[in-house]
Order: sequence, then C-alpha cells, then structure tokens
Amino acid sequence: MLEIKDLHASVQGTEILKGLNLTVKPGEVHAIMGPNGSGKSTLSYVLAGREGYEVTGGRIIYCGEDLTDLEPEERAAKGVFLAFQYPVEIPGVPNSTFLNEAVNSVRRYRGEEELDKIQFVKMLRAKTKELGMSDEMLKRAVNVGFSGGEKKRNEVLQMAVLEPKLAILDETDSGLDIDALKIVADGVNAMRSPERSALVITHYQRLLDYIVPDKVHVLAQGRIQKTGGKELALELEKSGYADFKGEAA
Amino acid sequence: MADIGFIDESSGRTLPGAGLGWLDAKRDAGRARFGALGLPTPKLESWKYTRLRPLDDTKFAPVSDAAGEAKIDKVPGLSGSAAKIVFVNGRLRTDLSKLDDLPDGVRFASLETMLAEDPAWLEANMGKVAGDAPVRAGGTGEQAMLALNEAMMDSGFILHVAKGVALKAPLEVIYIGGLTDDAVAYFPRNLIVLEENAQATLVKQHIGHSVGEYFANAVTEISLKQGANFKHYKLQAESIYATHVTTLHADIARDATYESFQLSIGGLLSRSESNITLSGEGAHAGVHGAYMMRGKEHCDNTTFIDMAVPHTTCNQVFKGVLDDESRAVFQGKIYVARDAQKADGRMLNKTLLLSNGAEIDTKPELEIYADDVQCAHGATTGQLDETALFYLRSRGIPEALARNMLVQSFLGDALEEISDEAVREAFMVHVLHWLPAHCYRAGEWTSDQLEERA
Repeated sequence: MLEIKDLHASVQGTEILKGLNLTVKPGEVHAIMGPNGSGKSTLSYVLAGREGYEVTGGRIIYCGEDLTDLEPEERAAKGVFLAFQYPVEIPGVPNSTFLNEAVNSVRRYRGEEELDKIQFVKMLRAKTKELGMSDEMLKRAVNVGFSGGEKKRNEVLQMAVLEPKLAILDETDSGLDIDALKIVADGVNAMRSPERSALVITHYQRLLDYIVPDKVHVLAQGRIQKTGGKELALELEKSGYADFKGEAA
Repeated sequence: MADIGFIDESSGRTLPGAGLGWLDAKRDAGRARFGALGLPTPKLESWKYTRLRPLDDTKFAPVSDAAGEAKIDKVPGLSGSAAKIVFVNGRLRTDLSKLDDLPDGVRFASLETMLAEDPAWLEANMGKVAGDAPVRAGGTGEQAMLALNEAMMDSGFILHVAKGVALKAPLEVIYIGGLTDDAVAYFPRNLIVLEENAQATLVKQHIGHSVGEYFANAVTEISLKQGANFKHYKLQAESIYATHVTTLHADIARDATYESFQLSIGGLLSRSESNITLSGEGAHAGVHGAYMMRGKEHCDNTTFIDMAVPHTTCNQVFKGVLDDESRAVFQGKIYVARDAQKADGRMLNKTLLLSNGAEIDTKPELEIYADDVQCAHGATTGQLDETALFYLRSRGIPEALARNMLVQSFLGDALEEISDEAVREAFMVHVLHWLPAHCYRAGEWTSDQLEERA
C-alpha cells in the first residue's frame, strides 16, 4: 500500500524528515507516535502534497506509484486522505456542497459517473446517521462555528464519504473528550478492511485503546527510531519519549 | 473644459423637452457650471484615485439614430418583473420595453415621455434632492459630473409611487451601450419619488456590448417620503470600452428605508458616487455592493452618508475581487451631524487580490460631531487563504474549482445583503459567469444555497 524510502523533506529550507523509512501493507493500521517537533505533522502534509513541504530526497510509493509529483487533488482522487489536526473553516460554503463537490471531483478524476443530487443525499444521510451527526451540520458552512469535537467528526464524515484506501489521521484525538473520541474511533474502525490502511499519528496512547494498531512506530528527529506492536504504545505511555529526544540524528 | 466634443450653445436644442423654459434654463446653467469646473481632477479630494483619462483621449459624439436603433437580439433581464424600460445608447426603445401593465398609483415612464405628458410634475420635482448648490463641506465635492448631466440629460426614467401603494414585483430599467461605429456619450437622468408608506423595488442594469466605445454619465435622484421602502439594485456590466459615471442623490425621510446593492462586474472605467441624506428620525440606509474586476479595469465606489438627525441607522458592506492589473477604489464616509444623537452607522470594505498587479485604494471614514452614537468602520485586503485552498484540494477538488469556490463564498457573503431573493439569485449568476471557467456545477450550487437559506 505505502512504502516510504529514505524520505527527506524540508519546510522553508529546514530539513524536518531525515531519511524516514516506513512500509504499510494493505489492511494494516500503523500508529506513529513521537514527541512534539519530531516531524509527525510534516509527514502527514508531505503525504497529502501540501505546498511548501518539499521532498528533497527519497521516494513515496503508494499502490506502486510515486506520489511525490502529484497534486493534492490527484492524491485524494487516488485514495489518499488526510484528516487534519486543525480542520479549516470555510465561511460561505455549505458543508453538504463541499462534500458533494469533493465526491464528484474524485469520481470525475477516476472516470466514474457523478452522483446525482438524490443519490448523493441518500449516501450522505446514511453516513451521517452512522456517525451520529445532525443534518444541521451539513447545512452550516464548512467547520464554521463547529466545536472541536464536531470538527473532528466532520473529518471522519469526509473520510467515510470519500472512502480512501489510505487514511492519515493527524492527531485526530487532540481536543476530544472521551465520548467524541469513541465516535471518531468507531468511524475509523468501521472503515477497516483488508483493502484499506491507516496511519494514525498521535502524541498519546489513549486513541490507540480504541483504534488498535497492528504496528507502532516512534518518530523522533525526522526518522523512525523504533518499531513494535501495540504494546510499544503502552511502554511509551509509561516511560515517555525521553529516550528518543537525546539521540543523535 | 474637457473635450466632450459636442457640448456647446446649441447642444441642448435637439434634446428631449427643448423649448420648455425651466428645462432650457437648467441645461444652460449646467453647461455654464460644467464649463467653469471642467472634469474632476485628482486635485479634488474625492477624485484622488480616479482620473477620467478615457475622456481626455476620446472625442465623443452625440448618439446617432443608427446607434440608438442598433439591433438587439436579446434584452437581458429578470423574469417576473412588473414593467421594463429599455434604452439603447441613450435612446428609448419602445420595441424592447414593456410598460402596459402598471398597477394603479405607479407612474413609471421614460424622461422623454414624462416631458411630453407631465412637464409640470418634472419641473416641481427635478433637482429637489440633487440641488443646484454645491454639497456641503464633507460631501463629495463640486459635482461637475452632475452639472454635465444637467447640461446634456437626454434619457432616463421617472418612477413615482403614490402614497401607501406597495409594489411587489420589481421594475426594470436597462441601459444597453455599444454596437456603435463612433464613440458616443449619453446622459440618463433618473428621478424616483416614493410617497408616504409606498414600497417598490427597482433593478437597473447597465449592459455593454463589446463593440464600440461609449461614455454613460447618469444622475439619479431619489426622494423617499415618510415610511417609504425602496430597494434599489444595480448591475454594472459595461463593456471593456465603456466609461461609466453615475451620481446618486437620495433623501430618506422619517422612518423610510433605502436598500441598495451595486454589483460591478465590467467597465473600463467606472465611478459610482452616492450622496445619501438620512433626514428624518428612524430613517435607515443599507448601501452595499460587490465588485469584480480584471484586465486593466478601474472601479470606484464613493459614498457619502449624511446622518443629519437623531435616531438614524446605516449599514454598508462592499466586497470585491480584483485580478490581473485591475484597480478598485472604495471611499466611504459616514457623517454624523452635531445633534444627530443615537446614530448607528456601520461600514465595511473587504477586497481579495488575486494577482500581484491588482490594487485597491480603500478609505473608510467616519466624521462624527454628535457624542452619543455607535459607529464602526473597517477595511481588509488579502489574498485567497492558502490553507483553505489546500484543504479543498486535499479532498479531491481541483485547484481551479477550489479557487472559484473560495471567491464565490467571499462575495456570496456580500450578496446576502440583497433581501430580494430573485435579484440575489440573478446577481449570483453574474458572479459565477465572471469567474474563470471550470466552475463546475456552480449554478446548481447557487440554487442549493438559496434553498438552504429559505
């Protein structure tokens, strides 16, 4: 599904990722944990193709194809999805319109027929019901006036609607109370299948009680420092990241 | 004196209503005043950012019969309007107008018709609001363009709604310019009077055809009597060869409400100036607009709102999008007179610059002489939000469409000030058509938004 080889990436001339290697097989959920400033968010933006996040070396192979030269919308159409740590507010654009444009843009790119109004609404209603979201949230402008929990739930709704092959969740747990966390985790778990993979980026172990990963990686100083099973997250919860902060790059 | 080319002693003699003593005198006075003032120059405070350069470089001629009779295949307009007056290059076109079904108590006619049928009413009402005297200090200045219009007024319309008559469907006036061989100039003079508690909606469109240079210099006078309610919408979609100057004077009496929205989407050089006086307690003015310019277009919106008495309110939202090397000017002034306590005035100007070559000169001003008022003003200028753009693209929405969505949402906010739903929808379609191609499913989006608001 995803094979990252010796990835180097810079932001405004400062190298943040310094030779990152990571392989995620279809159906697997990997957690990436690490201290603040270790490059977790940079990794997620580099994968999604954000401008200003420059790949200076290495390769990102996704489903057999190098992603690095693709536009963000092309990556999305090919099934890469990034759930934002800080979802963006877009005044004036109704949430349902946004979702409709996204779904049909992706379908057009793939050469599939667009969903008409009725098909789209039917599909959307089914998804919101699963996530316990109100129709009210669809009518409001994208993320405008949403609480922290609503914003994250809206990210999960977008994911459910776009049905990505590779979902990257960037600190989706931040700012969530336990109930919201469960709803978000349920949404992610509902998507799990042998064809889909997920990269769960988090600072805390808490989310991983609900989204149980196949593998846990420790990212520090721009590289994967350690890889283990789900028990590694528990160890980190106890010992913290101190062991990794001091290591020479 | 600037070379408008054909303004001389004899110019008034062939215009509608020539021979009426009061009108001849008015035209003579206008010509003398324009002769003394000349075209406004950047030395004047209120013309600092707009120079009428095309008028220097071009020799304009009066409208010929051929220009007035140009073949028009399709007259743009609203569906469901009550009546329509159409001018082509300043000539009334009865073949394109529709005036046969006016309700009782509503007089809606061309200036020409009115001069023939009821000149006494015109004599009694014209110039009452615009006045002949220079506007008081703090206003927009010498009114040379008003004087020029007075000298040359050749077209325009009259709307007079009787006491207590509420007109539901909008009335339309359409000025079509262009399709001429020579550069032409025309001078509409409009007069709107709503008697006590009357209500009406007017949609004015200035549409340009891309062949032929023209100069439109319009003056509109509005008098809203006690408790009247007037919605005044203007679309300026002039051609890239057009120079468009309009001057508006409005007087809003006690408990009367004036709502205006101007959508400017085209014109080589345009200047829209509004002088609005809230002259009775409880009077309200909502003076709004949006502008979208590209190429080397220049669009100037200058407003002066005089809160002359206590307990008046006004609200102003102007938003614009500028691409290429286009330029816009926003000069808004709210003036609160000495004893006008409890005045509530708001003003906001926001502009998106889509290119490095675009420019906005914005000058929101409050001039307050009362001590118990609530007034606020603000202006922002910025570029498209890159984070929002990435967010949309990361969901698969192509960049061009994502940009359009953000521009549309930016302006959609301003268009919400239009309380008439049909007009808002029609104006939104013009916004969409202005946007670069690839605005996929945009029309559908608009109707969705309207449904959701309803």
